[in-house]
Amino acid sequence: MTDVPVRFVPTDKAPTRAARMVDDFTPALIEVGEHHLCPGCGEPIAMRSVLEVIAELDVVQRSIAVFGIGCYTAFSNNLDLEVCQALHGRAPSVATGIKRAKPNTVVVTVQGDGDMVNEGLQEVLHTAARGESVTCIMLNNGVFGETGGHLTATTVLGQRTKNTLDGRDAEQHGYPILISNLIAQLEGAAYVARGAVNTAGNVSRTKRMITRAFETQLERRGFSFVEILTMCPTGWFIETEEAPAYLDDNLAAVHVGGVLKDW
Amino acid sequence: MEGSEAIAEAMVAAGCRFFAGYPMTPFTEILEQMAKQLPPVGGVCMNAESELEAVGMAWGAAATGTPAATGSTGQGLSLMQESIAELAMARLPLVVLNMARAQGDYWQATRGGGHGDYRTPVLAPMDVPEAVELTQRAFHWAATWRNPVLVFGDYYLAHTSQSVDVQPIDFGPAPDVSWALDGSSGGSGRAKLVSPLGTQKQRDDVGYDLSEHYLACAAATHAMLKGIEPMAEVALCDDADVVVVAYGTPGRYIRAAVKALRERGVKAGYVRPITLLPFPTEAVARAAEGAKVVAVYENNQGQMVDDVRLAVLGRTPVSFIGGLSLDTSGFGIAPDLDVTILGDRIAGALS
Repeated sequence: MTDVPVRFVPTDKAPTRAARMVDDFTPALIEVGEHHLCPGCGEPIAMRSVLEVIAELDVVQRSIAVFGIGCYTAFSNNLDLEVCQALHGRAPSVATGIKRAKPNTVVVTVQGDGDMVNEGLQEVLHTAARGESVTCIMLNNGVFGETGGHLTATTVLGQRTKNTLDGRDAEQHGYPILISNLIAQLEGAAYVARGAVNTAGNVSRTKRMITRAFETQLERRGFSFVEILTMCPTGWFIETEEAPAYLDDNLAAVHVGGVLKDW
Repeated sequence: MEGSEAIAEAMVAAGCRFFAGYPMTPFTEILEQMAKQLPPVGGVCMNAESELEAVGMAWGAAATGTPAATGSTGQGLSLMQESIAELAMARLPLVVLNMARAQGDYWQATRGGGHGDYRTPVLAPMDVPEAVELTQRAFHWAATWRNPVLVFGDYYLAHTSQSVDVQPIDFGPAPDVSWALDGSSGGSGRAKLVSPLGTQKQRDDVGYDLSEHYLACAAATHAMLKGIEPMAEVALCDDADVVVVAYGTPGRYIRAAVKALRERGVKAGYVRPITLLPFPTEAVARAAEGAKVVAVYENNQGQMVDDVRLAVLGRTPVSFIGGLSLDTSGFGIAPDLDVTILGDRIAGALS
């Protein structure tokens, strides 16, 4: 055993230098910094990006966010942004009503894959087809995270969930829906992109997509949509630190990233 | 003018500036009329892709404080129930029309239809002029109590033409809409939240407190039900041997049948509930005092009869003289709605 000097902070004396915050990572539009999402979850990163874009575009006092129901609903009552909480699947219709009633607002919806692609598929497709001037953000982790990791319409083949214990099997459970590709085919959709938040580069690229989506709305070019692949180590039943790589190898291999449509 | 057109005009007169619907007989003409009447006054009418989307769109408009309405026929209302229940929990005003087929939707209207512990006031006009008044009242109540309000009509109401002059009714000062969203409170540290899960922002370590919210909603419901005076038309009941209870279009026919019976010397009277919720319990109970029998006519298997029994509390026998009466369309065109047939049933309840 080598003789390594023990480094410790004596606790019976005040520190010589007062503690200071190096940086506050809480976005300005989040009122309460704590959330109850799991370690390694990608949704807070996606939320942060959306909030930063709203602040950067200087539309905070015109914006209304419509939330669906999922883990991300944890953010629906701690934002310094006006929020309308919708039912599971119904956010695009609620957003339509808000935007049509108050055309000068900037309306953004936040939904998960279960909320949008399972329960609310019809709503988002029609909202896109109408060319509704709203921005829909879809956080896609391929599972129902809030209920504990169950099959959604975007779960990739082979993925194990609590109700596909041997992995998603096409014969029994069908195929995943590639929602961005579906929406991109609709005439009313002006901007469609799929990003991810598993690497710093992807976070940066995704933020540019979100910015472009909001610009689409501000320019009244039509419906704008950003799908964001997010990590869910809890619902994927893997170690937290494995989640970014797992996302690349599984989710992103099927739901391929990139800009699918840009006016 | 036709009932649908008059109801649409009444909605516009009441300040309605957003409507969303999906065609379904006999509701369709109201959607047509709103599509015609709203744009000239700066309003929006959405042709929703389903009733689910119609009520969702109306929800969004209502959240901005815009007087909003949607509607359908009972089947479409079934699809909307999840949202109607949650709108009550989000404390949002919305007027919902049910141009029903016959009267099978009484329980759907008055017992909630959706999940959870909520109430929606229900107004049941008997004819076009009354619909014009009650539709406007529905908007006033919805805004005052921040709660969905139902207007329960039928095929006859939608398609009967009557002479009517639609004028805006003044119900007093406009209710407060400072809770409504327009984006402007963003960044203030007090950004507004409209949610069926609660109105409080997350603070310290507390998320949505559903217990606190549901109790607050229950208190609001209680205040609403105490604040709304039940409405009913009562006539000829003081000396009546038989008191008939009927609402909506059948209520109109019962009035005629009772008057015809009086001419024959039969001591008949009637109570016509105008609010189905809150139900005019006291009016029914008072009218039943001294009567030999209370006869209930509904074009269904007997739904409101439960509320009548609860009002009478066994003090007077209650006889159900209604039943399904339909033609092949199923739209609610009722062969039984005939003064002679109804008169015989009322007299029969006495024997």
